[in-house]
Amino acid sequence: MKAEFQLARGAFALDVALTVEPGEVVAVVGPNGSGKSTLLNLIAGLVRPDAGHLQLGGRDLLGTPPHQRGIGLLAQEPLLFPHLTVLANVEFGPRAQRRADHREIALRWLEEVDALALAGRRPRQLSGGQAQRVALARALAAEPELMLLDEPLTALDVDAAPAVRGLLRRVLRAQNRPAIMVTHDALDALVLADRVIVLEAGRIVEQGPARAVLTRPRSAFAARIAGLNLVAGTTVEGGLRSSAGVVIAGLGSAGVGEEGVAVFSPAAVAVHRANPHGSPRNALRVRLAGMEPHGDLIRLRADDGLAADITPAAAAELELEPGEQVWFVVKATEVGVHAANGGV
Amino acid sequence: MTLPRLLWVPALLGFAVVVLPVIGLLGRVDWVRLPELVSSDAALSALGLSLQTAAMSTLLCLLLGGPLALVLARADFRGLRFLRSLVLLPLVLPPVVGGLALLYLLGRNGFLGQWLDVGFGLRLPYTTAAVVLAQTFVAMPFLVVSLEGALRTAGERYEAVAATLGAGRWTVLRRVTIPLLLPGIGSGVVLAFARALGEFGATIAFAGSLEGTTRTLPLEIYLQRESDVDAAVALSLLLVVIAIVVIAVARPRAVEGLR
Repeated sequence: MKAEFQLARGAFALDVALTVEPGEVVAVVGPNGSGKSTLLNLIAGLVRPDAGHLQLGGRDLLGTPPHQRGIGLLAQEPLLFPHLTVLANVEFGPRAQRRADHREIALRWLEEVDALALAGRRPRQLSGGQAQRVALARALAAEPELMLLDEPLTALDVDAAPAVRGLLRRVLRAQNRPAIMVTHDALDALVLADRVIVLEAGRIVEQGPARAVLTRPRSAFAARIAGLNLVAGTTVEGGLRSSAGVVIAGLGSAGVGEEGVAVFSPAAVAVHRANPHGSPRNALRVRLAGMEPHGDLIRLRADDGLAADITPAAAAELELEPGEQVWFVVKATEVGVHAANGGV
Repeated sequence: MTLPRLLWVPALLGFAVVVLPVIGLLGRVDWVRLPELVSSDAALSALGLSLQTAAMSTLLCLLLGGPLALVLARADFRGLRFLRSLVLLPLVLPPVVGGLALLYLLGRNGFLGQWLDVGFGLRLPYTTAAVVLAQTFVAMPFLVVSLEGALRTAGERYEAVAATLGAGRWTVLRRVTIPLLLPGIGSGVVLAFARALGEFGATIAFAGSLEGTTRTLPLEIYLQRESDVDAAVALSLLLVVIAIVVIAVARPRAVEGLR
């Protein structure tokens, strides 16, 4: 897909050009009001640009109405048609396209998202996670050439989000279907996307492979959402073996032997001068590169990019100096291990 | 929120203004003669005509007002807001003025009436069709306003999703917009029917009061009031009963924002 849009609405102006390769998943991140959702609506045809062009699979789509574009949209809210059953919702796309096998297509997609048992239910009888899975099946059953995902996990509670995230990863990968996903969550971008685009005030300010943007952000916004520690490596039973060979124990649903990443917050890191040897804890030996104030805390930066946030009192007590060797210690329960896309 | 206690006084008075007259009417009913009074030939003829014309005009309201509500809620063009307020005209205009307006449009000397008369030999005033037109005129805003409200509440998000699933405009209308609108259509239809059934001023001005042709129940009541008060009260009771049924059916949704 190749797109270029210019749009001005009062004080807001959007000027974006982007390309999505076949099978590529692109995450769009940015502050509120930066134009992320507008960009998706422009691609879907729900908003008209002042100028621009849009090509998908050799077709020029700018003058094409939304229903003829072959572009699917999964929004934050599932928006299942409340008057139809789950099955009829998923059948909606294939039926609208006059496919004779609409029933089979719908059942296949319901099975794909593990929602076959819900086929006869009404949308109001579903939990948030179930509804979003059905909405994904409905979008994919229309067999779009491009999927747009507008913060698909934001409205889900913390228990439901990981399962839907895993499902999204599975179906987007398996289908080799290009997708553009708006998100404000570094984890979503990391787990689901090949490439990250940072949008600010209607313009692309940074883009690159997901892991590169999130670990070495250049734009202010990417730095803010990506304030997480990421350790890349290969998943093992109960954790991840980093490329340096250190095993980090953590929680997660990733399989074994996949390319993955361990994620933990700098605030979850305790800093010690000696290895504490506590079994449920991960201890990482690092060399301090720098210290800076971070809100009420002190952020310690290690030369391998990891960060730890500790109180000024703790920092004073440890009498730390840049260049010193210390241990970053983090509980296994604070570490998430996720399969990640090779994007570095 | 706890209300100031003094507020209850005008509130209760307001309620009394609405409800007490009906109770006064009930007190005046001659319960012994009631069955005989409501089943007289004139009464039955007026009731039958009222039900028929109100049903016809409700259907007209739906066929014309439904699309009008869709355009007012979904279209986007210059002057739309002005059009939207014009639709409320029959709601604020005295019905008798509406009847006169209809007469001078469609009467023999009206510019549309002349054309209908010369071109097709159609003369509308003082016919049952005129009753239906007068009722449609006064009832239309009720249907349009409640449908438009329901459409705005529902929003366009479901329709946008349907379009991204490959559904064309008619499919979206048929399979998403209208089914989601059904509760709103239901209460709009009931309100329009009730308004059409009670219509008096526009009808008498545009259609007159010919027994069996244009004399609907409200007109019959007005006429009987001169000669037989008991009969007028009995027929009024009939309309009160119909009104209460209408309120019972339509009220919850009409009041709760047509969700």
